[in-house]
Amino acid sequence: MHNNYVYIKIPSLSTNESFARAAVAAFCSSLNPTIEEISDIKTAVSEAVTNAIIHGYENTVGDIEIQCRIKNNTVEIIIEDFGCGIINVDKAKEPLYTTKPELERSGMGFAVMETFMDELVVLSEKDIGTKVIMRKKINSKNN
Amino acid sequence: MNIEFIESGQKLTIKLSGELDHHGADKTRYEIDERINENDITKLIIDFENLDFIDSSGIGFVIGRYKNIRKRNGVIEIINASTKVRKILDMSGIGKIINIK
Repeated sequence: MHNNYVYIKIPSLSTNESFARAAVAAFCSSLNPTIEEISDIKTAVSEAVTNAIIHGYENTVGDIEIQCRIKNNTVEIIIEDFGCGIINVDKAKEPLYTTKPELERSGMGFAVMETFMDELVVLSEKDIGTKVIMRKKINSKNN
Repeated sequence: MNIEFIESGQKLTIKLSGELDHHGADKTRYEIDERINENDITKLIIDFENLDFIDSSGIGFVIGRYKNIRKRNGVIEIINASTKVRKILDMSGIGKIINIK
């Protein structure tokens, strides 16, 4: 069987958060995931896309690129922005740490991604952008 | 996300349906706070029965309303959270400050 992939490019508008997670969930459905697995993936995608919108681009609009790949029974999701970047990734990943408390940010985005996916890698460079790579093995009954 | 408001005296119940993400939270938080402030609400009940999705933006949203109601010496309660909504609520530790039923 060929490994499947999809590539999505969206502007960083908050209305696209819902589209992004639904699109990734639909793509993953071929792996026959459980409701919980799909819910976890949707939540993790939502966190990464929201980060790109709020922190990557702040009040501007730029491109967000989403790549999904299925390799055997693992889904790999890459969410990339070309915004301001994160100066200290380790700090950003600390639960409850946020640079924008005034916007009611809970500071839990990366913690959610880490908990709900099997693997999380965050690559970021100031003024270049941020790339979030997440992987999750789908334990469906067909695999 | 849609909200249904049910008011009785100083108690306000908000029934949220749809998806509570950054987009939904930003669109609705001012409207809810306005109701709380204008109608002198001291008990806010957030009903998640018809909520299909929540992420950490939803947690920020709940904490925001908690802060507002606490300024008024009021209390806040969450009811009818489904298993998947509960998963995020539990992870956040929000249950330490807010009663989840």
